[in-house]
Amino acid sequence: MENVNSFEERFQQKIDNEEKIEARDWMPEAYRKTLIRQISQHAHSEIVGMLPEGNFITRAPSLKRKLALLAKVQDEAGHGLYLYSATETLGISRDELIDQLHSGKAKYSSIFNYPTLTWSDIGAIGWLVDGAAIMNQVALCRTSYGPYARAMVRICKEESFHQRQGYDILLTMCNGTAEQKEMVQDSVNRWWWPSLMMFGPSDSDSPHSAQSLKWKVKRLSNDELRQRFVDMTVPQAEILGITLPDPLLKYNESRGHYDFGEIDWEEFRQVVSGNGPCNKERLQARVKAHEEGNWVREAASAYAEKMKSKSLASVA
Amino acid sequence: MKDWPLYEVFIRSKNGLNHKHVGSLHASDAHMAIQNARDVYTRRTEGVSIWVVEAKHITASNPDDKESLFDPAEDKVYRHPTFYELPNALKHM
Repeated sequence: MENVNSFEERFQQKIDNEEKIEARDWMPEAYRKTLIRQISQHAHSEIVGMLPEGNFITRAPSLKRKLALLAKVQDEAGHGLYLYSATETLGISRDELIDQLHSGKAKYSSIFNYPTLTWSDIGAIGWLVDGAAIMNQVALCRTSYGPYARAMVRICKEESFHQRQGYDILLTMCNGTAEQKEMVQDSVNRWWWPSLMMFGPSDSDSPHSAQSLKWKVKRLSNDELRQRFVDMTVPQAEILGITLPDPLLKYNESRGHYDFGEIDWEEFRQVVSGNGPCNKERLQARVKAHEEGNWVREAASAYAEKMKSKSLASVA
Repeated sequence: MKDWPLYEVFIRSKNGLNHKHVGSLHASDAHMAIQNARDVYTRRTEGVSIWVVEAKHITASNPDDKESLFDPAEDKVYRHPTFYELPNALKHM
């Protein structure tokens, strides 16, 4: 008889050999739970992430911008669905997942609890928020769980358009009037720090990180990803001709990376625990949309039932 | 969403290629599954044809049977052309 230990050893061996784990393979319960938590959080973030931008679809400044924004928000719905499907392969139902979001039991990225106040916020979200998300997601294309990795590959293919459409909005505005450029600077001032927070707590303060890295659920640590994001973004800000709101941001020759100031972790904790500027509004909007869509789901079920009994009747 | 079955989705990216599994989704019936698959999986001209099948109709092999199912093929090198050594003079075979 093999005991759990030898199962776990073989499992870790597969991971160490870069083999993917598939839905029906044996896996430790804690691995399954970690994945359900992480992938569903990711799915919820895509779904809630539609709200701050959806806010501006009707107010986009041109038809071109409106089409692009619509397409981006539709992609986010799609990304949420890929990820919900991947989560369900781990043995949790869609209804449970949605209940967890609506009851506040499951988290989503804290970034979406900040408000979109001006059109340039839509640009800043595309550039910074999607930029940070891509940094994270590219690394996750190599995650050890097959269905998650495949969803990430699909998402990454679609995501780079999101960042470019955001940057394009900002570039256009920065080449516009002084007032428009100021608007961009104001947006970036507000979105920069929350974007850095998207990578999660510092490694020294991240309870799940070590195990997730060992299981290759995560491939790079929070701090590594954050550093890469900063290094990538600073030159892009220079091209826009704006400043990033961090007096300590400076290239460090000896490290070969940009140094940057300390994140306000108290703000991060507050937003994660439900006290951000829009937490209540976001959840209310989600629950409302779900409840108000209930009759559509019921009608579709009733229609499917009716068609099924009709086709049975015609066979009989 | 309750009771809506899970459908597995297969897409043919262009004629001449196989349908390939791309993911899954829930729908009230097969017709809606096709419509949803079109929105979820082919937003960028990824396909020319969609198959959906209720997940419960798929019978899958058990991962525990992997050795007994697939290992026997490993020592049958004579099934591959490289097993057979040919004279150098022979150019095309």
